[in-house]
Amino acid sequence: MNGLFVSPSPHRATSMSTARIMLLVIIALLPSAVAGCVFFGPSAAAVFAVCVISCVVFEALSRKIMKREQTVSDLSAVVTGLLLGMNLPATTPLYIAVIGSFIAIVIVKQLFGGIGQNFANPAIAARVVLMLSFADSMTTWVVPYWYTDVVDVTTGATPLTASWLNYSEGGAEYKMAPFTLGEMLWGETGGCIGETCAIALIAGGIFLIITKIISAATPVAFIGSFALLTFIYTGSAVETVYGILAGGLLIGAFFMATDYATTPVTTKGKIIFGIGCGLMTFIIRNFGSFPEGVSFAILLMNLLTPYIDKLTLTKPFGAKMPEKPAKSEGKE
Amino acid sequence: MNKLNGIHLAHNKGTKKCETVDFPLPKSVIIPMSQHMGAPCDSLVKKGDEVTVGQKIGDSGAFMSAPIHSSVSGKVTDVTDYLLPNGSVCKAVVIETDGNQTVCPDLRAPIINDRQSLIAAVRDCGLTGLGGAGFPTHVKLNYDPAKTPVDTLVINAAECEPYITSDYREIMENPNDIIEGILLVQKYMGIPMCKVCIENNKPDAIELMQKKTAEIGSIDIVTLPSEYPQGAEKVIVYSAMGRIVAEGELPSHQGVMVMNVSTVSHIYRYSQDGIPLVKRRITFDGDAVTENKGNYFVPIGTRVSELLAHGKAEDAKKILYGGPMMGMCLYDTEQPITKTTNAILAFRKGELPQTTACIRCGRCVRTCPFGLMPLMIEKAYNAKDVEELKKLKVMLCMNCGCCSYACPAHRPLAEINQLAKSLIPRK
Repeated sequence: MNGLFVSPSPHRATSMSTARIMLLVIIALLPSAVAGCVFFGPSAAAVFAVCVISCVVFEALSRKIMKREQTVSDLSAVVTGLLLGMNLPATTPLYIAVIGSFIAIVIVKQLFGGIGQNFANPAIAARVVLMLSFADSMTTWVVPYWYTDVVDVTTGATPLTASWLNYSEGGAEYKMAPFTLGEMLWGETGGCIGETCAIALIAGGIFLIITKIISAATPVAFIGSFALLTFIYTGSAVETVYGILAGGLLIGAFFMATDYATTPVTTKGKIIFGIGCGLMTFIIRNFGSFPEGVSFAILLMNLLTPYIDKLTLTKPFGAKMPEKPAKSEGKE
Repeated sequence: MNKLNGIHLAHNKGTKKCETVDFPLPKSVIIPMSQHMGAPCDSLVKKGDEVTVGQKIGDSGAFMSAPIHSSVSGKVTDVTDYLLPNGSVCKAVVIETDGNQTVCPDLRAPIINDRQSLIAAVRDCGLTGLGGAGFPTHVKLNYDPAKTPVDTLVINAAECEPYITSDYREIMENPNDIIEGILLVQKYMGIPMCKVCIENNKPDAIELMQKKTAEIGSIDIVTLPSEYPQGAEKVIVYSAMGRIVAEGELPSHQGVMVMNVSTVSHIYRYSQDGIPLVKRRITFDGDAVTENKGNYFVPIGTRVSELLAHGKAEDAKKILYGGPMMGMCLYDTEQPITKTTNAILAFRKGELPQTTACIRCGRCVRTCPFGLMPLMIEKAYNAKDVEELKKLKVMLCMNCGCCSYACPAHRPLAEINQLAKSLIPRK
């Protein structure tokens, strides 16, 4: 008998693939993306469409120009497009969305070798570049349902830019949050298209944890350290919960800080990464010149990932580690 | 519960109800003079010699080896070069069977009355580990009790590889031989305790062994979770006893000796009838086998083509010695059953999914029973960075294949680990 197939063991493989992982991430992102389209209307949908399509086209073109095997079918460009779209305001001019996609896919991802090789999360890096380059467009926030006739005012504050109301009652000073807990959870607030609906983001995150696509370590460490610091700083549970639900913290913790390529591999590393993100977000939000710090925090921690990886190597089972070299002085 | 990482696999133990039957005697057998780790044997016969069942036809003066016996009676038609699956070449004795299966008249049941006579008998038997790795059993028994006293005999009946049911059938068919074998080893090796370790997907085997050993205080039956690679030596020692066989150590350094369940019962049978290891039980399965799947006693040296014909497995594309996780591919169906073959699996499909780029998901790290980092090892291997490979402890890799299995990019990580090992100079 001829034509026997010979290969090294093992002869079985998981049914999981890169494309399937990306598909599950897309499914997890959909609820918040849909919520964003409902709140912010057709222009939000247009931003999504432009981001996804241009990311996919840039990916395909880069691979073709670089004469590398085509990787569009792994769906990672679709995920990047969706994430970028979710991190933009609904009124972002579409050419800016295209520029963002170019930065994400061509500069951050493909120039460094494509999937798995990028040093920073493409969507976050693109968002940061756009924020610094097109400050006006990137900080114009429309109110939910602005595209319908019922709303008089079309632009407004986000939960992080709106000011808290101070009032006194019976001699005591109180602060009132600009949005109610219900509004914050449901997401009927100003903000980037995909970051407002907390319920949908949490549901998507839990879905990814249950399907074992992401580890709970990063979001727990990220949100937990941020919450702890905020509570210590403000002494207010209301402000702590508000801070968690506001801005890009949830989308960042569940979807951006869990990106495989740009975050540490081991659980220990993920916890360090998450705590670093929580700390940086807390510092930038409270003491920085920007109202929001999630993107910067994750970007900064992305850069530290190779070092965290080096410091958090596993200790293999039964391994005998080399003894630390004894100090040479005093020995002879 | 002591638990290392691993993976959950479909068990596919479709042959577990198949009682073992004798495989029809082939017209001719080919017996390689190297069937397991250690030194190859020199052929003791030449073309034209008449041989009988159990007659010694190969031996070596080296310590790390075991003699080889003829599995049939008949005439040596050739002593030829044979290409082993690992790429090296050894001699192989080709014997044409006469159909009488005349047993060698010199065979006697061995006289065992102390440690040394037990070790000598096990060597004369030609016994090697029947679980698959094939470590010569007399070498394993020959530890120095003064330096590394062994207090526990671990009987490995985990059988964690999918498809294979040969050890399970040994328990169901010969439980008394197993227990007698254990008691024999315990008595002459002076090992007070024995733990028989069985995965929980074989509840009837556990129940049977519990019933049979209820009166024997020195034998414990341990139920282990069904998780691959539970049956790996270091893994089973940790799961059953919580002892860590560290880098560079043998189980005896931790006071443990691990022996496969079929091996220990073979020691007992040899002590009774003196017939060396000339046939063994194998599981014959796989989706290319269209009939006669099951468990067979097969003479060592039987060509796999005979089995495939018996199972009408014409469109087999990939044929394995052993299970799908650690089994080795046959390059030719004329290759024979050896002492270490516990299964022949024939599959219609050979190709694995296309390899894509590493996405650093970390699944290889999370599934590695030994906590190695295959993704880092691959990088260091590509850079030929020997120092980094040493730091990553690649030498600990037992090639269980969990990393390759779990990789969503389908990278051949286990294979790369083995290649990386070869870069590290041996001390």
